[in-house]
Amino acid sequence: MRWITIILLLTSISIAGLVLSCQQEPYQQGKVLYTLHCENCHMADGTGLRGNIPPLAGADYLVREQAQISCIIRNGQAGEIVVNGLTYDEPMPGVAELSDFQIANIINYINHAWGNDYGFVKVEDIRQELENCK
Amino acid sequence: MFLTTSMNELKITCFVLSLLFAFLMLTSCQDTSPKLLPKLGPYERVNGEKVFHPVRHFELLNQNGDTIRPAQLQGQIRVADFFFISCPTICPQLQAQMLRIADAFADEQRVVLLSHTVDPKRDTVAALANYAHNLGVENADRWHFLTGQRDSIYTLADDYFNIVLVDPDAPGGFNHSGRITVVDPDGYIRAKANGLVEAEVDTLITNIKLLLHEMDHHHFTTD
Repeated sequence: MRWITIILLLTSISIAGLVLSCQQEPYQQGKVLYTLHCENCHMADGTGLRGNIPPLAGADYLVREQAQISCIIRNGQAGEIVVNGLTYDEPMPGVAELSDFQIANIINYINHAWGNDYGFVKVEDIRQELENCK
Repeated sequence: MFLTTSMNELKITCFVLSLLFAFLMLTSCQDTSPKLLPKLGPYERVNGEKVFHPVRHFELLNQNGDTIRPAQLQGQIRVADFFFISCPTICPQLQAQMLRIADAFADEQRVVLLSHTVDPKRDTVAALANYAHNLGVENADRWHFLTGQRDSIYTLADDYFNIVLVDPDAPGGFNHSGRITVVDPDGYIRAKANGLVEAEVDTLITNIKLLLHEMDHHHFTTD
């Protein structure tokens, strides 16, 4: 009887611990990589820089062009794009040194940060997208 | 005997109290008038006095294609930084902080912002006009985006405590410091901040307010 109590107690503590750690930051590596490679321009709160650099927070572009995001992170982006009804025309340099896995982690962070809820991506799918970059 | 001693004691107490009172009066007076911001930068000693150098003369083009000289900024506090449009590193953070300063003094005509490009080859008047418009800056008189001869911008950067280097290995091709510098109406540097640290920019905003207060009470030669 005593053993059962102890086991129950330990299980509930570890479940509580897991839940807590999940609430803190589920995409830790994505966040670190974002800070390193993206934050200078897109800002820590994902708001961008007025009409010069588009936002990522609440950006309809992320939903509309989800399958393009991995290629944009790797190869950059040039030409006009429309985000939340505003046109942006500053080129974005790519970050060539990121691995497929790291790009998936960044996208998962962006897709879930700042109130975004744009879904989870799997590294296999990202790999597929990256092979077909234009 | 006893009486005289106590009289003396009373006198001494009175004296000490009046000294204390005078001291308190003086210190409280100092508190109400804020300290003047120091001048910064290189100086020479003339008869034991520090003589500072004002920021040198310049002639640059703003986003409207107008030539801007110090004479056009008479009676204004200049808030200066150095950037370039295609900068993939510190510039957007720096310009975000400049935007905070612009917003803090949106209704204060005596504060003008100057953003100098370190990449005048690519950042033409038209490119700067587009950039300023996208930032939401519609009135060039409040925030000039300046371009011109590369060498004169780089020597000016020196005066403004900024270091600019052409470096093909640096992201975007330039290495430069993200400092924001505040210059009084006489052309002297009075405050500076690391434009990438929000807390330092908060202090800079306070210092600009001190300088405005100084302008209310002190006569600048160019006023």
